[in-house]
Order: sequence, then structure tokens, then C-alpha cells
Amino acid sequence: MAELRLKPDLRDRLGEVENPHSQVARFGLDQSLKLDAGVELAPFQIAYQTYGTLNSARSNAVLICHALTGDQHAVNVHPVTGKPGWWETMVGSGKPIDTDRYFVICPNVVGACMGTTGPASINNKIGRPYGLDFPVVTIRDMVRAQAMLLDHLGIDMLFAAAGGSMGAMQVLQWAVTYPERVFAALPIAGATRHSAQNIAFHEVGRQAVMADPEWRGGRYLAEGTNPRRGLAVARMAAHITYLSDAALHRKFGRRFQDRAMPTFSFDADFEVESYLRHQGSSFVERFDANSYLYLTRAMDYFDLAADYDGVLAEAFRGTKTRFCVVSFTSDWLFPTSESRAIVHALNAGSARVSFAEIVTDKGHDAFLLDEPELFAIVRGFLGSAGAARGLTG
Amino acid sequence: MLNRSPRDLITANLSRSPGAARVDHLVVAEMVAPGSRVLDVGCGDGELLRLLELRGVDGRGIELSREGVNASVAKGLAVIQGDADTDLADYPNDAFDYVILSQTLQATRKPREVIEHMLRIGRHAVVSFPNFGHWKIRVKLLLEGQMPRTKNLPDTWYDTPNIHFCTIKDFRQTCSLVGAKMEKAVALNAWGQQLRLPAPWWFWNLFGEQAVFLLSRRPSSGNASK
Repeated sequence: MAELRLKPDLRDRLGEVENPHSQVARFGLDQSLKLDAGVELAPFQIAYQTYGTLNSARSNAVLICHALTGDQHAVNVHPVTGKPGWWETMVGSGKPIDTDRYFVICPNVVGACMGTTGPASINNKIGRPYGLDFPVVTIRDMVRAQAMLLDHLGIDMLFAAAGGSMGAMQVLQWAVTYPERVFAALPIAGATRHSAQNIAFHEVGRQAVMADPEWRGGRYLAEGTNPRRGLAVARMAAHITYLSDAALHRKFGRRFQDRAMPTFSFDADFEVESYLRHQGSSFVERFDANSYLYLTRAMDYFDLAADYDGVLAEAFRGTKTRFCVVSFTSDWLFPTSESRAIVHALNAGSARVSFAEIVTDKGHDAFLLDEPELFAIVRGFLGSAGAARGLTG
Repeated sequence: MLNRSPRDLITANLSRSPGAARVDHLVVAEMVAPGSRVLDVGCGDGELLRLLELRGVDGRGIELSREGVNASVAKGLAVIQGDADTDLADYPNDAFDYVILSQTLQATRKPREVIEHMLRIGRHAVVSFPNFGHWKIRVKLLLEGQMPRTKNLPDTWYDTPNIHFCTIKDFRQTCSLVGAKMEKAVALNAWGQQLRLPAPWWFWNLFGEQAVFLLSRRPSSGNASK
């Protein structure tokens, strides 16, 4: 392999890309991942975390699918940021997704940058990071890769698949592509397709990344630069869409940041500006700019009904999977109407579906936050599904 | 738009033996064959559905109030938020063995269409409702000259979710109008007990405080109603 000349911080990050602080399943040249783009990815690897214990019947596995900027570190201290896992409110000992009862698997998705193969990974053919030579991946590609991981772990059927936002997309894709492998599906704050507005927001983010001169046509890792500013702006814009007007106002109002009056400059006078700048700058420490392009693209391409002549109900026809669909009143990125469309399609096929809309002003990100009603619903759904599946304890 | 579950309001005071299921729920449950597929329309907090699932029924529910839905889902029941008046149209024909409308009929905007949809979606329909022909209600209206308020129907006329009251006699007429076959009927007295003695309909209409009907499609009526 060619010797890489990289700045120390980039070398550290590539360390997490190639040798993550996770378990890693490696798939060789003979186990390629067939992508929707019509090409095969090989070799490739999947970084994943597990929590809890697989029972002897191998029937208590729960797959956690992470969102756009999430990763496999759902319930442990993050190796880069040192912060708690992103779903510690939901998953853990005694939590709604109870690691005392379930064997929880959380993989990093294909195209991401925390150890599963993505655009920051080394392309063995050229000895450099893939960059834009990495093939465009889809939600279905992510799910196919996860199915290969389950084969690798010897798990035929998931007890449940759960996730919010892009995670909900994967959960729905699981239920459609491998209905016989998912006993219960829990898509939270999701949709069966990305709306024009959602695609538009993503395009703004991608253009911000690509407008940064340090992006270098996607070859920044090899050239020793980093499009921090572009990626930070993308994150700032996106972060607004994860919140709600009410939540932003409640948190920040028009308060000034560490000052009594405006400075009559373009400094971060307002608390909300300072907050967004912090969100942007902390994000770039842990995320790869090209991965951001690829994962937003995967979400844009997502349209479950497209393979069924636009008839969503056909996608779920005859499904035996139990569904619990959850949305939030103040989520304008993946509004309740999107979840209702899922429920509508499932009903048309007489599937067993529960649907709850939770009142909150916290916006799309509510699925990551402390929402007691969400926890009660997840607990109830999994408890009853567990009884039907014959899980004890 | 209703923001409360009518069932909770009406039946909050219905008698129940201590620690057991509500009597009207038990009457409904008796009419449902074990192992069948059931849709409970206006399922409230899911108590009837839970009773049915304990009896081996594959149950689904729709409920208007968010509180009712979320409480039901937290119990592990397959319940979705929806409106009987608008959402039944989306269900395919013959999707269920039974469609139940428990203490909800009088709160729907178009009760007749709701009953027709129930008989289209399910092979059987079970409908329970408060009988507005009960003698206490007649006496109150006659003597007081005001919209009757009783222990089980405590709302004033301006804030009640119950907009389409009917009597047992009215309901029977509606059944023949929509071509439904009455397979079973039970009336409950003010204490929630079944009126056991064989009695003519006028007697039930006078002394039954609640009524529960098991209906089925008349073979001749086909499946024409949308």
C-alpha cells in the first residue's frame, strides 16, 4: 500500500475509518456487496457494536439503524467525541430497548466514516482514499450490507429493527426487502420517500461542502486539506431542520451571547448563532465531508413505492411483520402525514400496525431526546411483540 | 372535531365487578368467536381490545383521541389514530371477521355510513350504544323539558361529543334500512345486567339502558356499499 502523507488529525480520523474502536466484519473479494448503482463493492467492511447477549434460540436480536450523522456508538462513549452514545435514552439495561432482554446490534452504514467502508476508506486498487470514486450507495445497499452482517453473525431473523429518520428508512427497507427476517419493525420519524423539500435542503448542504476550496474535488484526504467550513455550514443549515421554531425560541429566544448589547458586527451576537456555530465546528471533528455527500444522496434516492409502480401498499403486501410507526407533532422535516401514508399502506394490506403521534415541540430530533410517551410506546410494542415471539424474561 | 373519546365519557360509570372487565365489554366479547380477526372502531384506551386478545382474537383498533391511541399502543395493541367517519373507507372489503363499534355510534357524524362500512369491511358487526329510549330519559325530557343528563350521559347539550343519539327502535329500523341481519341483541339495565327475560322490543326500548347488537350482511345485500 502506498505511504500516505496526511496531517495528524486526518490520520487520526482515518484510523477510525480503517481500524475503528468497534467490532469489524470484513468481507473479502469473494463476498462483494452488489449495489443499486450496478457495481460491486469488494472488499468491504462493516463496523458494528453489540450490547446484551444473544439467546440460545438466536431469536432476540434487535437491529438499531442510525440516522444520517449517527454511527454504531449508540450506547457507549463515543471514541472521537468522548460523549455518551446517541440513543442512551432508548437503549440499555432497563431501557425501552432493554439490553437485559435483547441482543442489540448497531452497525455503521455503508458510505459512512466510522469504520464501515465509505468514501474515506482506502481504495486498495490505488492505495488512496476512494473520495468520489466511491460508488453512490442507497438505503437498500445499506440494508443489504446489514443482511450480510446478520449472516456473518448467524442470525436468521431479527426480533426487531428500530431507527429514527434515515434509520426509519432502513427499517422500512428491511421490512420490504427481507420481510421474513424482521418480526417487528419500529420506524420513528420516518417516511417512505424523501420529499422535494428534503432533497432541496440536502442539496444546499452538499453545495456548501463542494464550494469549500479545501474540498479539492473530493480529494482532500489525499491532498491533506479538509473542507471544514463547507461541512460546518451544511451541518448548521441541516440542524435547523431537525428542530422546530418553538424549540429554538424556547432554547434561545433573541438572547445575546455573553454580551449585553449587539456589537454592530457579524460576530455571533445571538445565542442561537453561537449554538449553530458550535454544532457546525464540533460536527466536522467527527464526520467526513464526502460521507455527508454520499449519505444525503442515499436518502434523496429513497422511494419505497418506486419499485411497485408507485403503489406503496404493494410493497408491504402479505407482510407478517408487526409495525409500530411513531411521529412527532412538531416534526416538519418528516411530518406526521408521511407516517400516516405508511400506516395507510400497511392497513390496506391488513398488516398488524400501531401508530402513535406524540405531542412535542422538539421537532424531528425528538426521537433522540427524553420523550416519556415514546418510551412507553416502544416498551409496550416490544413487550407484546416479544410475547408473540416467545421471548421470556 | 372531537378531542375526547366518547366511550370514556359515557361508560366511565358503567358497572363492573371489582377488578374485572366491564360488563358491556364482556357482552361484546361473548359475541366474538375466538381466534377471529377483529377491528375495534373507536377503541378508546384499548381495554376491550385487550380483553379480546386475551381470548385469542387478532385485534386491531382505530381511535380518534391521541391519548387513547398512545395508551393503547403502550399496552402493545395494534391501534392507530383515525376517524371512523372518514378512515373506514380506506379499509378493503372483508378484511375482518368482526368490526366492533362500542359506545361510539352516537359520536359519529354519519352513523348510517359507518354501519354500512362496518358490514363491508367485516363479515359481522357488533354495535353497542346507550339507548335514548330508556324510561328515565323519556321522563326527564317530559317532566323537566330539558335535554336529559344522566349518570352515564353527564354532558350538557353544548359540550357533548354525542351528536347522534338513537333508541333501540331507531337502531332496528336503521339495520333493516342498510340490509343488515340482526343475529343477536342484548339489552343491559341501569346496573349493567342483561335483561334476561324474553320480552317484546318495546320493553327493551323502555328498560334497556345499553344495547348490544350483533349484525351480519344479508346475503342478498351483497357488498355494494362503498
